[in-house]
Amino acid sequence: MAAADGYVATFERLDGSRPPRLRDLRHAAIARFAALGFPTTALEEWKYTDVTALAEVPFRAGATPAAPTADRRRLDELRLATSIELVFIDGCYAPALSAHEGIPRGVTVTSLSRAMIEHPDLVSAHLGQYANYQDHAFTALNTAFADDGAFVHLSRGAVFRTPIHLLFLSTAAREPTMACPRTLIVAGEASEATVIESYASADDATSFTNAVSEIVVGPHASVTHYKLQQEGARAFHIATIEARQGTGSRFASHAISLGALLSRTDINTTMEAEGTTCTFDGLYLAGGDQHVDHHTSIDHRRPHGTSRELYKGILDGRATGVFNGKVFVRPRAQKSDAQQMNKNLLLSDDAVINTKPQLEIFADDVKCSHGATIGRLSDDALFYLRARGIDAPTARQVLIYAFANELIERIGVAPLRERLGRALRRRLPGLLQAGDTA
Amino acid sequence: MTEEPLLVIKNLHAKVGDTPILRGIDLTVRRGEVHAIMGPNGSGKSTLAHVLAGREGYHVTAGAVRYDGKDLLALPPEERAREGVFLAFQYPVEIPGVATTYFLRTALNAIRKHRGLEPLDAIDFLALLKEKMKFVDMDEALMKRSVNEGFSGGEKKRNEILQMAVLDPKLAILDETDSGLDIDALRIVADGVNALRNEEHAVIAVTHYQRLLTYLVPDVVHVLLDGRIVRSGGKGLALELEEKGYASFEKEASGAIG
Repeated sequence: MAAADGYVATFERLDGSRPPRLRDLRHAAIARFAALGFPTTALEEWKYTDVTALAEVPFRAGATPAAPTADRRRLDELRLATSIELVFIDGCYAPALSAHEGIPRGVTVTSLSRAMIEHPDLVSAHLGQYANYQDHAFTALNTAFADDGAFVHLSRGAVFRTPIHLLFLSTAAREPTMACPRTLIVAGEASEATVIESYASADDATSFTNAVSEIVVGPHASVTHYKLQQEGARAFHIATIEARQGTGSRFASHAISLGALLSRTDINTTMEAEGTTCTFDGLYLAGGDQHVDHHTSIDHRRPHGTSRELYKGILDGRATGVFNGKVFVRPRAQKSDAQQMNKNLLLSDDAVINTKPQLEIFADDVKCSHGATIGRLSDDALFYLRARGIDAPTARQVLIYAFANELIERIGVAPLRERLGRALRRRLPGLLQAGDTA
Repeated sequence: MTEEPLLVIKNLHAKVGDTPILRGIDLTVRRGEVHAIMGPNGSGKSTLAHVLAGREGYHVTAGAVRYDGKDLLALPPEERAREGVFLAFQYPVEIPGVATTYFLRTALNAIRKHRGLEPLDAIDFLALLKEKMKFVDMDEALMKRSVNEGFSGGEKKRNEILQMAVLDPKLAILDETDSGLDIDALRIVADGVNALRNEEHAVIAVTHYQRLLTYLVPDVVHVLLDGRIVRSGGKGLALELEEKGYASFEKEASGAIG
């Protein structure tokens, strides 16, 4: 428990100086964190992900820098060409670096700290109601320490097509730092929005991003959510995305994980009403000594829900990957239609993937399927390309890119799709010679 | 003045895994010629095609192959392709996620670079592709797909010949290109290959049945049995095979080898 104690002590030291609103929630959360401590590999959900290295670093918690600063050039590399872009440096909102022009009536995009002042009732009604801090230590830690993040609200019928970009950058300039961004997205009835959360850090920064996002998708609303994790080589990244879906709602989640030394993302949705749809797309790339873990949960609780999940991983070097995809179909969820697939490409002898699709079906009139594959590049395909004059290294890159491209193509936001294509091509240098576009 | 043949295979032995398949192939192919290699299943037809293309898993245990003045067996598959060797696969693989146009343009530009030519940009390439599609009556819509993805057997075979038309090889090896095709598809494939015939290039058509050779008329026919060429002759030999069957040649072969 020693590692956890440090955080508890810091919490108590800072407690008095933090805003009174939500104090009870924060206290409850730190109490749970103190009781749970950091998870060990003895826990089923953390069996393949050892967080000892993370727990041992004395990350500075509860940072509130006077004015968040950042390398402008780095920031510009991370921006997406959209008019709504909130920038957070080490977990704190940086209004001077942000853009929020042209937000129509019925749509609110602001920092969580401002929202707590300007929309207190809305925030209190939802914040902390969905993400499970009782049993999940990192969620408890975030709930205790989160000072800021993003707040997106769409009132009834508000259809907003401009992608909302939430950019989280860790600098950890002076010392190892923990940032706890907290995001709350509330989509009212029949509303529509697209939100992109992107995470990055400096390559030499020993940073710890502990992020939690709660997403409420109202009846007949549609939320498309992207999470792009491009943190540096020494970063730790733990994130939870928790969604709740109302009748006839649609939730599309895209999770892309490229960076960090250790990355763990939990994405959960509860389809608690009839006729809901969710799609979970995931792509993870890891090489060197990276470890990337995705745990997802799709909970069909009512009839006529449709879920589609496709996660693909590409592992190289000595990288280790974990995929655990739970799909629950509860007794009342008749006529559920759930499909789940996890495909992994191992490019080296030392890369390892632990994949566990987990279907728990309690209704009898349903259509469910799942599958997992682990493989190497196809020898037949490689030879076909080489037999046409394409050299072996380029042929490999072409096939690796093709594997990832199925998911890249499904990204509806053009600048994000292009960003990802470029990031992939940077990691696969042979492709740059092969042609203009793939 | 006789110039050097395009391809000279001498005493080629090869095995797949531990099994010897080719047991001493001798074959000379001159520019401008079409050779047919006919044989029953297991005779080594596909093995020969794959050994020439450079497929891993096929081990040459003796013999030599001289192609266009070079030691072909010393070159990796992509080098052979850039030197103008083209294998039309019997079972073309589907490659989801790799756009057909991207693949073919990349291949063509690799070959062009080798020949000292400038690469074609996407627009010029598409114009070239459209022109070549006429050779095999190919549906433009198929070109928008990933390589061979969802193609019928006939479409895959025609796609092989389309690639041949685009890449303009010196030596085309057709590995049972006629298998699984109905008469109409067969004619389209044969017409495509015929349209590409010229004095500089050569074709080796590996086939089980005679009917392709009605449309793709060979200059020389070889009978391959148990990894050896047991008889060579003119186009009439193909008809003789059709009438008599391979068994009659087996007797001849076992008698001939002392």
